[in-house]
Amino acid sequence: MLLVAAFFLMGQRDPVLVPEVSQHEVQVRQGFVGQELLLFGAVLDPAGRAGQDYDIVVVLKGPSEPIRLREKERFIGVWVNAESSDFRSVPSYFAVASSRPITEIVDDKTAAIYEFGTNYIQLSPSGSFDPEEQRRFAAGLVDLKRRLGLYREDFGGVQISESVLYQARIELPSNVTTGTYTAETFAVTRGRVIASAVSEVEVKKVGFERFVEDSANEWGLAYGLIAVLLSVGMGWGAGRLFARL
Amino acid sequence: MDVYLPIANLSVDGLVIVALGALTGILSGLFGVGGGFLTTPLLIFYGIPPTVAAASASTQVTGASVSGVIAHSKRRGVDYRMGAVMIGGGVIGSGFGALLFNFFRSIGQIDVVINALYVVLLGSIGLLMAKEAIQTLRGTGGSQAARRRHHPLVASLPFRWRFYGSGLYISPLAPLIVGIVVGILTMLMGVGGGFILVPAMLYILGMSANVVVGTSLFNILFVTIATTIMHSVTTRAVDIVLVALLLLGSVSGAQIGSQFAVKAKPEALRLVLAAIVLLVAFRMFLGLFYRPDEIYTVYPL
Repeated sequence: MLLVAAFFLMGQRDPVLVPEVSQHEVQVRQGFVGQELLLFGAVLDPAGRAGQDYDIVVVLKGPSEPIRLREKERFIGVWVNAESSDFRSVPSYFAVASSRPITEIVDDKTAAIYEFGTNYIQLSPSGSFDPEEQRRFAAGLVDLKRRLGLYREDFGGVQISESVLYQARIELPSNVTTGTYTAETFAVTRGRVIASAVSEVEVKKVGFERFVEDSANEWGLAYGLIAVLLSVGMGWGAGRLFARL
Repeated sequence: MDVYLPIANLSVDGLVIVALGALTGILSGLFGVGGGFLTTPLLIFYGIPPTVAAASASTQVTGASVSGVIAHSKRRGVDYRMGAVMIGGGVIGSGFGALLFNFFRSIGQIDVVINALYVVLLGSIGLLMAKEAIQTLRGTGGSQAARRRHHPLVASLPFRWRFYGSGLYISPLAPLIVGIVVGILTMLMGVGGGFILVPAMLYILGMSANVVVGTSLFNILFVTIATTIMHSVTTRAVDIVLVALLLLGSVSGAQIGSQFAVKAKPEALRLVLAAIVLLVAFRMFLGLFYRPDEIYTVYPL
């Protein structure tokens, strides 16, 4: 898709984006407290025209997962889970940064197509068909994820120098899901996306953390036994230690 | 000190978790309860996913009760026969508990059920203990020795066994049922059940007071082992790093607590425990009626 797009754009004599990410692999290991990613690159204009103004929008998305969202409601005074709505593709992480506020760069429709903003994320709701209700649930979900630090918007977070080089810093918090993240970069001019490019970032657990997660998932029984041994051992050890003091 | 928890999938301040463990450890040493009723809500409050909090708290309680069991068994404070019957019940109960957990999760009410259970159980037991302790402190509870041996319902059950340690001649069905109930609660609430077991042994079974704490800890030890295994196989939510941090605090806390316990007045101790239990219950009670911080909850499909 990228190649086709690039070819198409070249033919149009439109600029080409050369994106890069500061690191293509984020290792989650002991002491991981999050990671700042630097998304940078250049906008190349084949016609050699300089000084043309672009806006750059970058979107970093984590692996999607299907979820069920439940809404609490008051029932005879007590807050219980009442209605629910399913979403088939909820990005575990979503961050967007742009060189100017999105409303000044593109119109609503374009923003919705390219997911320029947390309220434009395509969550693929299913189940409930009432659009009003879907909007309410989607807003609730985005708000929840935003307060967990997993959905972010940074309008003005992209710096462009000399109309050629751009850079944006995006923060991955410690509670990110592991998997393949995609970093999409868009060059926009006069309300139109004229070039786009994708690069990938792999977020994975390594070392001991990887081992623990794999063991818990694959050898549940052995993992449980080791957890029991650990706690019995520590309890007994402390008893012995304090008895001597 | 930042520590990354591989199962909970987030980074926490390790010292906070160790301190939390120490707090519950001191409680368990002082009062002979596991302290899980405090660990689980505090972990959830700190941002640990509820399932991980409940599963890991039950593993931590195992460690906190080991040294207590050893200490009590040395001074013959454990009725092994009674304990074994209750453990049998506990294992059956944790199986039921796992089924109930999945059922309530599938209808989406697990968090409401857990909160309501905390309120009802902690509230009633806290009140019971407070009343008892205040009566004893005032000296009006002089009827301690004259109290009835066990609940009339217990006496009506068939097949009687002799439980020498407890000084009882009752049907094993009674402790079995108590064990089942505690097993269910352990699985659902991530607690060892000490705060339910101790009153149940005293007031329902009528066991002699000197074996109650030891036998309770003995039972908790094995029930939490069973629930840890059950969680590891079904929910896969035991975070071993979180467990290790909690244990670090709680095993040392338990030792400190048990040294205090020797010096303090038992009635005063029970009053303090009652106050803590009631405080947790009250907080949970408010949680049911106040508008929650999060209206929406995410369940993976």
